[in-house]
Amino acid sequence: MTRMVITGNAASAYGAKIARAQVVAAYPITPQTSIVEKLADFVANGEMDTQYVKVESEHSAMAACIAASNTGARTYTATSSHGLMLMHELLIWASGARLPVIMSNVNRANGPPWSVWADHHDAMAQRDTGWMQIYADNNQEVLDTILMLYKVAEKRHIMLPGMVLEDAFILSHTMEPVDIPDQKLVDDWLPPYDPEFRLEPGKPMGFGSLVMPELYMDFRYKIAKAMDDSRAELKKVHKDFAETFGREYDMVDFYKCEDADAVLVIAGSVASTAKDVVDKLRQEGHNVGLARLRVFRPFPYEEFRWLAKRVPAIGVCDRSYTFGYGGGQAAEIKAAIYAHATPLVKNYIMGLGGRDITPEILERIYMDILNVKEKGLDREIEWIDVKGVE
Amino acid sequence: MVGGGLPCITTRRGESVIEIRFHGRGGQGAVIASKLLAEAAFREGKEVSAFPYFGVERRGAPVTAFTRIDDRPIRIKSQIYRPDYVIVLDPSLLKSVDVSAGLKEGGLVVVNSSRPLDELKREVGVDNMVAVDATQIAIEHRLGSRNAPIVNSAILGAFAKASGLVKIGSVIDSILENAPAKKEENAGAAKDAYAAVGGE
Repeated sequence: MTRMVITGNAASAYGAKIARAQVVAAYPITPQTSIVEKLADFVANGEMDTQYVKVESEHSAMAACIAASNTGARTYTATSSHGLMLMHELLIWASGARLPVIMSNVNRANGPPWSVWADHHDAMAQRDTGWMQIYADNNQEVLDTILMLYKVAEKRHIMLPGMVLEDAFILSHTMEPVDIPDQKLVDDWLPPYDPEFRLEPGKPMGFGSLVMPELYMDFRYKIAKAMDDSRAELKKVHKDFAETFGREYDMVDFYKCEDADAVLVIAGSVASTAKDVVDKLRQEGHNVGLARLRVFRPFPYEEFRWLAKRVPAIGVCDRSYTFGYGGGQAAEIKAAIYAHATPLVKNYIMGLGGRDITPEILERIYMDILNVKEKGLDREIEWIDVKGVE
Repeated sequence: MVGGGLPCITTRRGESVIEIRFHGRGGQGAVIASKLLAEAAFREGKEVSAFPYFGVERRGAPVTAFTRIDDRPIRIKSQIYRPDYVIVLDPSLLKSVDVSAGLKEGGLVVVNSSRPLDELKREVGVDNMVAVDATQIAIEHRLGSRNAPIVNSAILGAFAKASGLVKIGSVIDSILENAPAKKEENAGAAKDAYAAVGGE
């Protein structure tokens, strides 16, 4: 094991390298570019044996991954924001074709107004593409999640693509100490990809062809079933991973929630800061906790039912917005707990377009959700620190 | 809370976390300096993080970068608003950027300048200050050009002496391993700047 001080983007590149991705499709976009640059370095230095495919767009990057994955190659690509939007059609193709492509998406706002900073709207807009989606809150988790995603995705009863989500700049360009596991350990833990069916010139087979209405729905049901089964598989892989590499992960990372009066639910890097805030507020006598939403697809509904039965007030902090409704994560959590428990749930919208979320802002939100617990909901959705609003 | 104005400006949580802010101009190496300092502290067994201001960078424009150093894993991911230390790579920034903004009580400012210290202290309004002519040292070591010297390694050497936060040996090892170019020259500049700062 080597411990290095690296950015989230370098952690992504190392993840793809030690997972021995055989095909990498590369197209640049801020703030993702340094991932594919680092991979280009690995290939140029002879440290990584991969087919590095330079393409002319993100749409083509995913098309290249789909084709390569269909031949039985382990594939990887990385993108961000508008790049992910352009991939949308082929994201759906990848899951429909049951191809375990793994990708890093650097969470960045969508324009206009133009922005290159952290925001979850890009990933949330891909909710229904049939991809597993996992939010990291530090650079180590970025690397580890790539390994875990390959392991789950390539299981023959799963066969679905997955994306690790890292916040723009806050993870992508911040250097932190990261353990790079030994290659031998990774090789033993993550066997080569071995699909049941593969595209081979000498063995003609049809992929992705037309089906009549009598059969289409049944294919979709199989995707639904595989995604549901990926829950148990992820939990199993989390356990396997901890046994081999010593780092523990879960669907939802519960931090001091057991006895909490109020809990905030947060996905991504802000959850890391929130743990410091929970510790401080607990020292001051406030019983608060944090539920870090790590796995968004498959959605961990059981974990939130567990939480809702214990905690009277839950604040869900969305870093994106579903126009005409509310925060997407809050909506899903409310739906998941329906008829199981009735805590007060308030939705906070914060940090869009990279607006910095400081411990002080989180502290204010914690005090607000504690107030909700005492006095009831003042409103269902609150936008944090929006200018010019009464 | 809606309409509550700009974010507050304190970040300090863990009692042991030390926060350093770098001010430079695009091309002077402020971002690299933040990384080299983090690497130096990491070599001494510290937990670290280093990151640029999440802005738009271009050559010559003011650039900000940050380093955090702690004994425990660093969880805070927001930017730094109340630094313990400020490092200024370009003396001309003193006129255009409030480099001491948010500086903690008793916090130290290390400036690249050949001007008299008293004058600098008055201009910045900070008493705890160290100045070093990092520009001259960088030129002597042929780092960058005469008109645009790369002063980051020199200022780190001066910072190691002035702050006592990291050993000069760790700074030099960090430079030798991680500097993107002219490793020996950069290490030499750090050593000279370390020697140029007074004190025991």
